[in-house]
Amino acid sequence: MMQNILTLLAALMLWVAPASAQDGPLRIEITEGVIEPLPFAAPDFVSDSATGAEYGRRIADVIAADLSGTGLFREIQPDAFISRVTSFSSPVQFADWKAINAQALITGAVSVDDAGKLVVRFRLYDVFAGQELGQGLQLVGTQDGWRRIAHKVADQVYSRITGEDPYFDSRVVFVAESGPKDQRAKRLAIMDYDGANVSYLTDSSSIVLAPRFSPNGDRVLYTSYETGFPRIYLLQVGTAQRRVLDTQEGTMSFAPRFGPDGRTVVYSLSRGGNTDLYRMDIDSGASTRLTNAPSIETAPSFSPDGSQIVFESDRSGSPQLYIMPAGGGEAQRISFGQGRYGTPVWSPRGDLIAFTKQSKGRFHIGVMRTDGSEERLLTASFLDEGPTWSPNGRVIMFTRETQGAQGSASLYTVDITGRNLRKVPTDTGASDPSWSPLQE
Amino acid sequence: MTYLSKTLLLCAGMALAACANPDRFDNANTVDLNAPGANGMSGAAGDPTSPVYFQQTIGDRVLFAVDQSSLSSEAQATLDGQAQWLMTNSDYNAVIEGHADEQGTREYNLALGARRANAVHEYLVSKGVAANRLKVVSYGKERPIELCSNEACYAKNRRAVTVISAVPSS
Repeated sequence: MMQNILTLLAALMLWVAPASAQDGPLRIEITEGVIEPLPFAAPDFVSDSATGAEYGRRIADVIAADLSGTGLFREIQPDAFISRVTSFSSPVQFADWKAINAQALITGAVSVDDAGKLVVRFRLYDVFAGQELGQGLQLVGTQDGWRRIAHKVADQVYSRITGEDPYFDSRVVFVAESGPKDQRAKRLAIMDYDGANVSYLTDSSSIVLAPRFSPNGDRVLYTSYETGFPRIYLLQVGTAQRRVLDTQEGTMSFAPRFGPDGRTVVYSLSRGGNTDLYRMDIDSGASTRLTNAPSIETAPSFSPDGSQIVFESDRSGSPQLYIMPAGGGEAQRISFGQGRYGTPVWSPRGDLIAFTKQSKGRFHIGVMRTDGSEERLLTASFLDEGPTWSPNGRVIMFTRETQGAQGSASLYTVDITGRNLRKVPTDTGASDPSWSPLQE
Repeated sequence: MTYLSKTLLLCAGMALAACANPDRFDNANTVDLNAPGANGMSGAAGDPTSPVYFQQTIGDRVLFAVDQSSLSSEAQATLDGQAQWLMTNSDYNAVIEGHADEQGTREYNLALGARRANAVHEYLVSKGVAANRLKVVSYGKERPIELCSNEACYAKNRRAVTVISAVPSS
């Protein structure tokens, strides 16, 4: 009976959600029920100057791309508009926007102040309610930073309508790839979450793998073969200065990840062919061994409260997921499905664990509850791996590699309901993404 | 088996047959592997003390089954040759590279490659090679030699390669 009610509720949600804006406040409930995206209009932001108008056009484009990219919103193309927005302060002609079924309307104005800074104001309207949703907001930033301003506006719109924390004003550190499979050149790169503003943090003289952001995005941990052996490095994003963290002769270290305190690192160390988990205090360099088994222990990830670590181990005979206390100790296996599980990553909300699963010759990105229940596979391909969470825990980015001699790697996103699979545009091959927190 | 190693075996056979009396060797029945041209091989390949000889004739690599790091009898035979060569040629050290095929996550494959490299390391040491002459490194799935995405290529990518290098002069 309970199951039936839940099914019914889900069905109702599915049916009601797109229409609800006409009856109550403009709102998207992010559930599996949302399949009809909410139509919105984002006319070019107005300006008194030609420079400002150009930014106004570009900012509106980025806002529309951010919102449409979630799969929860659908942009109404400007050629359908009846009203033209020529002034930020004039009253909105709601009837004109209703007529084209724009449920949300975003208007804005851009000016360039005496110091050359961009000043952007915007308003969000619930068209069918005939009123503003939330308050108008003014954002000031450099002209170079116009995309960030646009992402901030889109973040406001997304949050006000979904009630969720935003994620557009964020960055991704990843490995840019070029060259054939057997001589692939890899370098660390950083970009906006949508693929814009790429810059490189290392050259391609040594293999680099799996960069991971610090909790506030100021530093990156990664693995490099600079010495000829895989070792963990710590890099300052602002200056690209780096230092090696672990230098024990005769060992290899890899798969590092920050703890939520930003000073603890958990990682894998191989010695004598055996790979175990360790944690290190970055400042003192002191390390502690967390596991001691002849099996492979790797790909550790902290819970957001820092109390637990989820990791991958083949102690049962095949790679599976386990959770243990952050200081080490007895581990509980949480994955029990058919197949091999790897690279678990704890959601920033704490409720889910994303993972890579290999089953019947295919790879999947999936999520499960932290007790291993409600496993859900979100993707399937020849090779999907290495999930990373959006700052709000709603979207997962991962690496997809195509097969064969010409195979190459790209980044994709998918939301946690398994909908809205999208390729992240990059100029080169790309792998091993790590999503930053929301920028301040 | 390369063309070179077949040639060498053939020569060895000829030499044995002709060799009841070593004094009978002369230019007519001597194959000079270092002579330019004939078989297109570099001179060093014929020199049993050269790294090229190690790589091509003894065999610098052993292969592994899916997910495994245990050494087959064929692998052990190759490693016996490697151990003997290393003990004879003390001017050289070696780095053992462990590799995995592309099936599997990056992290797991790094750990698996470490297991494979270590299996070779332990075997060579057990046969008498000084441990301080050997280093191990895992490349996981980062450096395949065969590019196709099926078992024919995967089988060759699941490997441990013993890379010879001259002992640095101090």
